[in-house]
Amino acid sequence: MRHPIRRSAQAAVAVAALSLAAACGGGFDDGAEQQESGSASLTMLIASSGDAETQAVQSQVDAYEEESGNTVDVQVAADLSQELAQGFAGGNPPDVFYLDASRLADQADAGNLFPYLDQVDDLDDFYPNLVDAFTYQDTQYCLPKDFSTLALEINDAAWSAAGLTEADYPTTWEQLATVAQRLTTGEQTGLVVNATRDRVGAFMVEGGGWFLSEDGGEVTADSPENLEALQYLQTNLQAGSFSFPGDVDAGDGVEALGTGKAAMTIEGNWLVGGMANDYPDVGYTVVPLPEGPGGSGTLSFTNCLAVAADSDAQDAAVDLATYLTGADAMTPLTQDTGVLPSRQSLADAYLQQFPEREAYIAGADYAQGPVNAPGVEPVLQDFDSQLGAIETGDPAEILQSTQTNLEQAIGG
Amino acid sequence: MTAAPAPAGALATASPRGSGRSSSRAGQGRAGWSFAAPQLVLIGLFVLIPILMAFWVSLTDWRGRGSPFTGQVGFVGFDNYAAILTEPGLARQDFMTALRNNAWYVLLVVPLQTAIALGLALVLNSKIRAKGFFRTAFYFPTVTSSVAISLVFIFLFTGGGAVNGLLGLVGIDGPNWFSDSRGLLHLIGDGLGFWDADSPPAALTDGGPLGLSWWDWLSGPSIALAALILLVVWTSAGGYMLMFLAALQDVPNDVREAAVMDGANSWQRFRAVTLPALRPTLFLVITLGLIGTWQVFDQVYLISQGNPAKTTLTPAFLSYTSAFVSGQWGRAAAMSFVLFAIIIVLTSVQRFLMRDKDAAAEKKALKATQRARAASSKTTFFQAGR
Repeated sequence: MRHPIRRSAQAAVAVAALSLAAACGGGFDDGAEQQESGSASLTMLIASSGDAETQAVQSQVDAYEEESGNTVDVQVAADLSQELAQGFAGGNPPDVFYLDASRLADQADAGNLFPYLDQVDDLDDFYPNLVDAFTYQDTQYCLPKDFSTLALEINDAAWSAAGLTEADYPTTWEQLATVAQRLTTGEQTGLVVNATRDRVGAFMVEGGGWFLSEDGGEVTADSPENLEALQYLQTNLQAGSFSFPGDVDAGDGVEALGTGKAAMTIEGNWLVGGMANDYPDVGYTVVPLPEGPGGSGTLSFTNCLAVAADSDAQDAAVDLATYLTGADAMTPLTQDTGVLPSRQSLADAYLQQFPEREAYIAGADYAQGPVNAPGVEPVLQDFDSQLGAIETGDPAEILQSTQTNLEQAIGG
Repeated sequence: MTAAPAPAGALATASPRGSGRSSSRAGQGRAGWSFAAPQLVLIGLFVLIPILMAFWVSLTDWRGRGSPFTGQVGFVGFDNYAAILTEPGLARQDFMTALRNNAWYVLLVVPLQTAIALGLALVLNSKIRAKGFFRTAFYFPTVTSSVAISLVFIFLFTGGGAVNGLLGLVGIDGPNWFSDSRGLLHLIGDGLGFWDADSPPAALTDGGPLGLSWWDWLSGPSIALAALILLVVWTSAGGYMLMFLAALQDVPNDVREAAVMDGANSWQRFRAVTLPALRPTLFLVITLGLIGTWQVFDQVYLISQGNPAKTTLTPAFLSYTSAFVSGQWGRAAAMSFVLFAIIIVLTSVQRFLMRDKDAAAEKKALKATQRARAASSKTTFFQAGR
């Protein structure tokens, strides 16, 4: 009586084969067939900070539709990287999408991006180090739509309460340590800074170091410059004049500054919007980050308008991306959203309108972009998690393990 | 089970008439298969095939572009498994950290939620007032969205939140829960004077299996993970309580009354009557608990994202970030298959343990009755039956 078993095995195989046939019937290999000329229909996937930003983008897109005759469907992603991944895997990605500079190398390396900067004639107008952030293995991929940099934000009330004046705004590490010490009182910490590479990395740049060498070919995480930066941080954390947000029960630097738990913080220009919304009564001043032994330094964060390699209307997609990064569209797009225009020619007009954001714009010339190499995200996350325990940890050990892991990730 | 006599008996009785009725039996078989076919195709299409596809992805270096079933995707054999299991490096260290966290999580959540669910069910099954209200109240967290609950817990467990406010009333200065990465066992050992958590004994830090030191393996859940554990126990205990409650109402009253007549006290009644009757439910609750806790994802995604210091990282969350953030789909798929294997093995072990005890008890009872009957009369029921 082994019959039923054998028969059920046969049936299972049959079912499996049938299902497989059904599953693959649609075929997975839809080549990217270019749409014929005439009006193209595009999809654009964006991340948005809120309704205001979405509407600003939509109105520019409307203007583009009118001018070009193409139709554009703007989709706002709740989780951009996840929705992008789904698009790429399904072979049907959005034609144009926001891409963070830190994700560029991974996407370029996987072949997801269509480089179009050779079709752009006024590339010189964009800040060169922003374009560099979207350059991977000598190919320039996409146009930065805007950017942000880090600066030092100071609570005015705390500053004057400590008997400090404008002349005391710190310009060196020593001065920063001194004023932070002076500003540390009971409930208030001198400087609260997030424990991530996106903030602490600024100290590494000021110290003259970074994770990679300038050409990106060599891992330099365990350099003496980086060690000096982390030791500076550690010394001040131990002295109590620097703190991480978690230790003062704040979510980030903005909250710490707004609630008065911090007298100073290091954040980017998004802080302006956050303070206006949540802590409109707190007066603060923005100054450039103090210089370290390696000179001035800050970090830049930027998104580009990327075009998918698998887009079936690449020409129209490039057209849309260049339109939205053109001077006419960039001015309104950088108006209300707190980001800085990525075109150098727009800086003066922007500063006339928002003079208090000068420190952020000033950083554009020397700002360091994210680590530009594929497969490094887990390593940098590991660096962040070790950074959280740096007060009692060994900076040299943290840098050493990051060096090893980065070499492994980039080499392998 | 394999040596049980019943199937042999069934076979023996089936074979003589099998030859005569084979055609009608075949017809029945066909009908049976045709009735089952839609469901089988659905299961094949949406469960079996995707699993096989995911397994294929775990053997490739697919980067998430286009189909993983084309010639352009490189086949790498078991390299992805090697990267997270055997090769020293960050990938293995992360995966082992995630397994460590999840193991502590399971170790605490499963017994706690089972015990609390059973306790609640026993109380609600007794003669107390406002049963309906309590039943609803305890069941409520289970049917509430985990997003809402996670948000509430974020506020409860902030440094200046309600939990620390309560602790402050009794003079305890509570930690900043979700950003505290200190391990509970490290802290307890420190408190009892076994070691100094700031400078752990070299014997524990110098080496250990699979890329983590013994000191790391034995950290216990971090304070952040402990808060997650509280959240999950609070959420899921109510649901399992309902299962116990249903089972409790099936415990025959006459047996309970007989036990009372025999002079059993309430603890003895619970131990000898109620608990054995609940064994199938207990098995179900523990199995579901094991499977659910090894796959924990939402709470980590919503609350901590693996922070602080990777102490709330779990394999399911790590697999998600590896795929969707880092684009290492093969490695992510390999992680989920290792997790699958762990769940299968642990559930089988648990099933084996619980069934074994059951069978042993039955055998014992059988022998006891046999002996009792043998003593009272010379023929036994079982011998006569054969």
